[in-house]
Amino acid sequence: MTNFHLAQVNIGRILGPLDGPVLADFVAQLPEINALADQAAGFVWRMVDDDGEDSTSLRPDGEDDLLLINCSVWESVQALRDFTYRSEHLKVLSRRREWFERMSEHHQALWWVPVGHRPTTAEAMERIALLRERGDGPLAFTFRNPQPAPASAVLPA
Amino acid sequence: MFEAVGALADPVRRGLYRHVAATPGAVGRDAAAAAVGISRSLAAFHLDKLVEAGLLAVTYQRLSGRSGPGAGRPAKLYLRAPGERAVSLPPRSYDAVGRLLAKVVDSAGHDRELQSAARAAGAAEGAELGSDADPVAALRSRGYEPYGDGATVRLNNCPFHSLADEFPALVCGMNLAFIEGLLPGCAGGGDWTAAMDPPPEGCCVTLSKTNDA
Repeated sequence: MTNFHLAQVNIGRILGPLDGPVLADFVAQLPEINALADQAAGFVWRMVDDDGEDSTSLRPDGEDDLLLINCSVWESVQALRDFTYRSEHLKVLSRRREWFERMSEHHQALWWVPVGHRPTTAEAMERIALLRERGDGPLAFTFRNPQPAPASAVLPA
Repeated sequence: MFEAVGALADPVRRGLYRHVAATPGAVGRDAAAAAVGISRSLAAFHLDKLVEAGLLAVTYQRLSGRSGPGAGRPAKLYLRAPGERAVSLPPRSYDAVGRLLAKVVDSAGHDRELQSAARAAGAAEGAELGSDADPVAALRSRGYEPYGDGATVRLNNCPFHSLADEFPALVCGMNLAFIEGLLPGCAGGGDWTAAMDPPPEGCCVTLSKTNDA
């Protein structure tokens, strides 16, 4: 048993407004994909806005009206990897360039959080900034360089 | 490397390898023998040669569904060994070029351009096959190892495995577009719909009959 879960954030600049024709297909598929995540093995939590359905109304950068954030917590890197690449989530992922700008800098980050911890938008953005500054490390990493969970604290029996 | 390839020189052995590799899960000696039309003991001999060559792996499992004392010895089953083998004479490194190109296309964000090219390539191959070509056979000849799974056809092998692993969004999107391009040219290909529905192993694309959907 580990005392840590994996947190994940990715940000993306949409190519048009959420209620416009460019994003229509993406918006239409969101409920299905979010439901898929909620039921996926190893899923723990995902960030939602005040509407409680998804995080599409959150803007991690107050000056950028088109920047969306997606943040969630999983039991392990493998659980997140399986959902991301080995579920129907792949069908929206493979259409990413129809809806999101290409970003030249890191736009996603992984990091370990104590079980029960729920990351905030500010914390998630900080991890992306860390990755951009320093590259992969224990505080922020990517699927290409997964870091081991911190050693579990020894608990009294 | 050459030992592994050499082990496939025997046509019977090659038939066994093809059967085991294309079958999802593991295959017993009886089933493999029946598929190739040889005796169980001859199949066992050749299957074990393929294991020695590193092309197949072994797993033990009780086929009767019983367990505990009296359930009998678990059966020896065969499945494709992990790892990839390629032989090219003279030496060629298309995989290294593929990896480099994928990296550039991925970081440039040219997913849609790649998908358009893949769709066109699939359509061109479909047109070449002719309208009486069987779509499942067309995929089989391209190494996808199709198999029926209820009303759908799944693909046991991803021909682009290591690149798909490294650049999933890019390469799996390209693959889906290629298959979507290929199908309409084949016999009854218009009745099939290709969709992303990845099983734990194999290609992420599943085919289903459009009128069943």
